[in-house]
Amino acid sequence: MVFLEFEKPLENLYDQLEKIRQISEEGDIDVTDKIKELETKIKAKQKEIYSNLTGWQKVQLSRHPERPYTLHYIQQMCKKFVELHGDRKFKDDKAIVGGIGKINGQPLVFIGHQKGVNTKMRQYRNFGMANPEGYRKALRLMKMAERFGMPVICLIDTPGAFPGLEAEERGQAEAIARNLFEMAQLKVPILCYIIGEGASGGALGIGLGDRIFMLENTWYSVISPESCSSILWRSWDYKEQAADALKLTADHMLEFGLIDDIVKEPAGGAHMEPDKMVKTLKAHIKKNVAELMALGEEERIQHRLEKYSKMGQFDIAKAKNKK
Amino acid sequence: MGWFKRLKDGIQTTTKFKKEAPDGLWYQCKQCHETFTVKELKENFYICSKCEHHARIGSHDYFDLIFDGKFELLFEDIRSKDFLEFTDLKNYKDRLDVAWEKTDLTDAICVAHGKVGKRPLCIAAMDFSFIGGSMGSVVGERISRAVDHCIETMTPFMIISKSGGARMMESAFSLMQMAKTSTKLAQLSRAKVPYFSFMTDPTTGGVTASFAMLGDLNFAEPKALIGFAGPRVIKETIKRDLPEGFQRSEFLLDHGFLDFIVDRKELKTKIADLLFLFENKEEI
Ligand SMILES: [Zn+2]
Repeated sequence: MVFLEFEKPLENLYDQLEKIRQISEEGDIDVTDKIKELETKIKAKQKEIYSNLTGWQKVQLSRHPERPYTLHYIQQMCKKFVELHGDRKFKDDKAIVGGIGKINGQPLVFIGHQKGVNTKMRQYRNFGMANPEGYRKALRLMKMAERFGMPVICLIDTPGAFPGLEAEERGQAEAIARNLFEMAQLKVPILCYIIGEGASGGALGIGLGDRIFMLENTWYSVISPESCSSILWRSWDYKEQAADALKLTADHMLEFGLIDDIVKEPAGGAHMEPDKMVKTLKAHIKKNVAELMALGEEERIQHRLEKYSKMGQFDIAKAKNKK
Repeated sequence: MGWFKRLKDGIQTTTKFKKEAPDGLWYQCKQCHETFTVKELKENFYICSKCEHHARIGSHDYFDLIFDGKFELLFEDIRSKDFLEFTDLKNYKDRLDVAWEKTDLTDAICVAHGKVGKRPLCIAAMDFSFIGGSMGSVVGERISRAVDHCIETMTPFMIISKSGGARMMESAFSLMQMAKTSTKLAQLSRAKVPYFSFMTDPTTGGVTASFAMLGDLNFAEPKALIGFAGPRVIKETIKRDLPEGFQRSEFLLDHGFLDFIVDRKELKTKIADLLFLFENKEEI
């Protein structure tokens, strides 16, 4: 198990628990009570830690190396899933995956950022930072979904679109813009879930839909706290302050009306009980797909257009007033 | 060419909005460092007569260059607010106060309705002098209302982009303006109203990755910086120098992302031509 800095008190308790279990396996001392006591302590400590997480701590949790990634969710949720590759123009981007799967008989097109589970795979997946071909593959799959009336499920988990030379050459900006334009008027339902990191245009590029959800310990912002610190504070040392200032947690996003719901995570985060997390997400998708499928195509698009037209906070000044 | 004469005379160019053109009598070209009088520069469309460098100008300068005389400003009463109470080294509220104080602008985009070559056009033009031309809720809302106005009146729409990207101090609200403006442009497209995207130096970040790249036609001023990631970030990522001309208009034209590049001297004629070509008498 990997423990984050603010989880250190838990690490001690888990260590104790492990030792006692070993003792009980070696000898015939009855430690049932001791184990129960420790488990209660762990639960209490978890509650104490996780109910008061700061923005920055949630950012750290969203990046937890043991957190489930897109393909894990899809493969666990679907009875059958076939991954599809390539944008039919240039390449297959490994940082965005997609394909068709079924949940309870309903065909769905899944699209998501994919991070790697070890050093080699992290590089292979380019740390979940997509190139234009990733966004174009996503669009190709969405258009296919539209033809066959399949709802689209987007799982978002990226530190940002890749800021590379070739990415610019092939039109990173155009690829993201095109997706926004097309997703705004796609005829099938689109559900978007932030399952880890939701950084900027790279996240939004597969993040426009009828309903937007965030898992409990994720973040969504126009910029990462680190980059924000470096630009506005002119130093990398203010990431905690930046995370607070950006109000990037799921609670804030729901309060602002920019997302539709928060998906509860198991105590300690999605990685503590991945199976439970998969079950929760699957039920959530099922319910929302059913609700959206009940609406007419044109009605759904109208709702989507209105939803985004309303986003923003501004004042109306009295005539000739400067402010 | 009445508009050309007007520029020379400087009759209708309102001095009130000349903040992007440097104050004082002299202007030094940012590229070749040649010095001109401001009057000479203005007469040459704010282009350096020695090296053709297009000086950075503001929304009202473009309105003066493009419209046939009069134009009407729209949605000026929509104002930014510090909804998140965002504080870094400064308060966002203070940043706004400074921007309002220093410029004659109400935000980083200005919408106007007028005529070009006698045909109606609605233009939303960005101002770099207002917090780096950053896109916040007001930029999104003004574009949104401009689109509604264009659909209602079946008027072609043009955005002149000039932006450092998103307004970080509005966090997710600023990010969502990418979605909002793209959604509105989808509506405009469904209504079959033409949209021209005109990119000027610089057009970067979330602005490029939303409305700037979504024109029925995309065009740009010569040598404008246009990209998603900034050159400094890319350089740090790839750890080598960027090639000459990378992310400039000519580079984008060559890679298929622009329809053409237009010199400021030809701008009005070009737009008038486009409005003529897109006009379908039977439909309008
Ligand atoms: Zn010059």
